[in-house]
Amino acid sequence: MLIPCPHCGTRPVEEFTFLGDASVTRPTSNDPASMEQWYDYVYLRANPRGRFAEFAHHSGGCRAWLVVTRNTETHEVYGAVTARDYARAKGAKA
Amino acid sequence: MTSFRLSKGGLIDRAAQLSFSFDGKRFTGHKGDTLASALLANGVTLMGRSFKYHRPRGPITAGAAEPNALVELREGGRKEANTRATMVELYDGLVAASQNRWPSLDFDVGAVNSLASSIFVAGFYYKTFMWPKSFWEKIYEPLIRRAAGLGTASKLPDPDKYEKAYAHCDLLVIGSGPTGLMAALAAGRAGKRVILADEGSALGGSLLNEREEIGGTSGLDWAMGVLAELASLPNVTLMPRTTVIGWFDGNIFGAVERVSDHVAAPDPHEPRQRYWKIIAKRAVLAAGAEERPVAFGGNDTPGVMLASAMRTYANRYAAAAGKSVVVFGNNDHAYRTARDLKAHGVHVEVIIDSRKESGADAAGVPVLRGRMVADVTGGRAVKAVHLTDGTHIACDAVAMSGGFSPIVNLACHKGAKPRWDANLLAFLPPDTGAAFTAAGAAAGKMLLSECLADGAAKGAADGRAISVPTCRDEAHAIAPLWWVKESQGKAFIDYQNDATAKDLPLAAREGYKDIELAKRYTTTGMATDQGKLGNVNAIAIMAEATGRSMDEVGTTTFRPFYTPVAFGAFAGPFTGHHFQPVRKTPLHDWAAEQGAVFVETGLWMRSSWFPRKGEDWLAAASREVLATRSGVGLCDVSTLGKIDVQGRDAGQFLDKLYCNTFSTLAVGKARYGLMLREDGIVSDDGTTSRLAEDHYVMTTTTANAAKVMAQMEFAHQALFPDLDVTYVSVTEQWAQMAVAGPKSRATLQKIVDGLAMSDETVPYMAALEVSILGGIPARLFRLSFSGEHAYELAVPADYGNMAARALMQAGAEFGIVPYGVEALSIMRIEKGHVAGGELNGTTTAGDLGLGKMMSTKKDYIGRMMAQREGLNDPNRQCVVGIRPVDVTDRIRSGAHILRKDDKPSMANDQGYVSSVAWSPMLNMWIGLALVANGRARHGEIVQVWDGLRGTQVLGEICDPMHFDKENKRLHA
Ligand SMILES: [Zn+2]
Repeated sequence: MLIPCPHCGTRPVEEFTFLGDASVTRPTSNDPASMEQWYDYVYLRANPRGRFAEFAHHSGGCRAWLVVTRNTETHEVYGAVTARDYARAKGAKA
Repeated sequence: MTSFRLSKGGLIDRAAQLSFSFDGKRFTGHKGDTLASALLANGVTLMGRSFKYHRPRGPITAGAAEPNALVELREGGRKEANTRATMVELYDGLVAASQNRWPSLDFDVGAVNSLASSIFVAGFYYKTFMWPKSFWEKIYEPLIRRAAGLGTASKLPDPDKYEKAYAHCDLLVIGSGPTGLMAALAAGRAGKRVILADEGSALGGSLLNEREEIGGTSGLDWAMGVLAELASLPNVTLMPRTTVIGWFDGNIFGAVERVSDHVAAPDPHEPRQRYWKIIAKRAVLAAGAEERPVAFGGNDTPGVMLASAMRTYANRYAAAAGKSVVVFGNNDHAYRTARDLKAHGVHVEVIIDSRKESGADAAGVPVLRGRMVADVTGGRAVKAVHLTDGTHIACDAVAMSGGFSPIVNLACHKGAKPRWDANLLAFLPPDTGAAFTAAGAAAGKMLLSECLADGAAKGAADGRAISVPTCRDEAHAIAPLWWVKESQGKAFIDYQNDATAKDLPLAAREGYKDIELAKRYTTTGMATDQGKLGNVNAIAIMAEATGRSMDEVGTTTFRPFYTPVAFGAFAGPFTGHHFQPVRKTPLHDWAAEQGAVFVETGLWMRSSWFPRKGEDWLAAASREVLATRSGVGLCDVSTLGKIDVQGRDAGQFLDKLYCNTFSTLAVGKARYGLMLREDGIVSDDGTTSRLAEDHYVMTTTTANAAKVMAQMEFAHQALFPDLDVTYVSVTEQWAQMAVAGPKSRATLQKIVDGLAMSDETVPYMAALEVSILGGIPARLFRLSFSGEHAYELAVPADYGNMAARALMQAGAEFGIVPYGVEALSIMRIEKGHVAGGELNGTTTAGDLGLGKMMSTKKDYIGRMMAQREGLNDPNRQCVVGIRPVDVTDRIRSGAHILRKDDKPSMANDQGYVSSVAWSPMLNMWIGLALVANGRARHGEIVQVWDGLRGTQVLGEICDPMHFDKENKRLHA
């Protein structure tokens, strides 16, 4: 599998470390009423067949955390953005 | 001894004589021979014994699918078991030995298995070695392994090198026969970057083996012309001796190049093999088709061969399988076999065609139609064939052809299944998309003209077609024939695993109708050749036995690798220290001078203790503790992870990472920090110092240095992307040493420049930038892990040895000693400091007695989850001290804590001992333990039960701080 790192170009998967589902968003509230959101954030992960966005660390390269979108069924890689851009875009939407 | 060398012809170099040995006997062959062809040319057809029945076996193929002629190649550390003699290029001095026989290939005691073969039926292993269970490990398994092993591996290290490499191309062509050559030519002429890979020693594929006519010349001459053109194109790379073994995601192909397997020993600058990852925009599978055997009695007798193999031995290697050959088949290729052999002057007794009619040209060889070979007689060499109509024909070799199976393996590596074509009687490759397409015989194109055209079309780039040469086509009519049921003798389906045709209906009757189950029950297709020859026959027999179609039965799964791959090829250069490099600290040389014993901790070599004459580790470590606590000691702590954190938001960032607060830390001060995971469990600890308003230096534990760095990167980039902070690991850049003991200040004072050290100038938890020895920049921290008045001194790595030597000199008058990780660990346990045994991925800050560190005034990683009820249950196991009631008793790490009167069982478990040490200060074994509700149980007498070592002693739960509870020494 090849991952298109925005910094390094297309690189082999062996250079990356995966962390799973990137769709989760860390809650901002520390209020006890937000506990349900925290449970979901810490423990609930999607495991879909098909299109899936997941965190990947370019640990053997530029060390950027990326969000790689791929197909879990065909292993086709659709693209990758930095986790920072992904987080900011999500923040802007929220 | 009936096979022989033809007097002329072949692609061998008759002028180049090569000497080799097989089972200790010397032979000669020629350059261009394989081991198998050279043995045949020397009259040797018996090359191995079979796996289960120890039957005599010779080569059945001339290529990669060979199940029988497996040998141990080379000797000593270079010995390689289960090597296919049909793929081994002959070289001068080659040494090979047959396998699976005892005491000799000619007389094998194990062949008695064949007489008792009624017990070796399908499911034999399952039926025979069922019980008692305890017999498996000690009796059955060793018995099976001894009786039925293949070759043996060398126990010596492999002296040769292996490499890994990447290649990129527009088009990868797998196979260099007519299809592959046309594909490579079409793309090569269009200027595309082409790689043409073939497992053979020479490129040309079937054109090296067959007599063909292409473009008005011989197929061989045409191939050489195309190869010359390809070689002249700078954008084309030719890779002979390269087997493409797997198709992976991203159109990446794994390939093994046998760089030096064809020479006695590799050139010192060359690897033996090179593992390639070929990243191809497009790939064409032009692997051709594999001829199938027919199941009839004695179809494994040496001298029985696939028809195409017999042609290859004659055409390419000038080796005849026998003097009088019977050709038997269900298709027209039987006839070309007879023609080829006849052209080489080999007598063909008769063609036996299972079909009633055929239009193919027999070239005057008699043909018996509508009949079949039922049995071969002869044992160690073919003597005759018996036909289904009772005819008996004397001969010394049999060529058989049961049709052709496209080599679809690579196309199925991602899980798609091939589909059955009832006209071609073949499984065709599944649709694999535009980036990887099968062409030619691999796609079911059985005529040469179709192959040339298909290769040209599939290789063509940007619509630029090339002209396709004319050629002569062989007839290719076929009628189904899988198993001659009239056979009396064993009719083999899977030669390597000795599975016979009868095993499959038996498996079906016993309920194993699913092909994947039948495979495992009969072991058909489970040998190192993965059923390349016999699987289709097995499926057909299973289809008939169960009244299903071929597609309904289906194939078993095709998995990488196409052929067996040596471990060395995957390991590449990453062996020994190239696999696990040695990480030395900047103080390594100093520690070695001091006589350190080093231990591996991860990749690090850490100085563990510094023995003096006659001391064991405990004596040395105890002495180091006493000397440090009474004077001064010096310890290398450079392996701690060090991370430099800078930026306007550095403090805020650290507040997110640690459960306690760092934004409020004064410049020039250090603070102990505790990191949690987001689920509330402790992940790491260490001290962090503030050197300037926007500049911190963190330390992590040695073990977690890399993990913490990755977590910081995640937290910053994915969670808090707007914090203005930057950080980098400086673990390698700084040497760090602990200077501990009542004389530590006096020692340091002598090397620190222009600073009168006192409790005012360097107070407890101070973190100062200083210089030492007249200008060497340094960082001075007043930290203590030992509980003594102590410091840590950091200097740029290259000054480490110099600083340590200067400290030894400065401390000489106070009796300074170097101390290692053992003494460090003893002192931290005496002081009740937690380390790896307690920070074990299950403990909370509260469990460690550090609950008060958790801030309630800010958000941090792990804050919310740490508040969960279960993580705050008072009955959780928490850190306590443990000491024996009888001070002569020893407490062991890992022992369980039980109530004093409870029976020793895990049901009564109260916790366990997480760290132990012999305390030279207290003269007893002491420990830390994790005990349920432990903090409320100080003073309780418990049992310390070590079920593993069978010991049980009484212990007392106590405060984790065993020594100097008032911390007087820290501030002394
Ligand atoms: Zn990168």
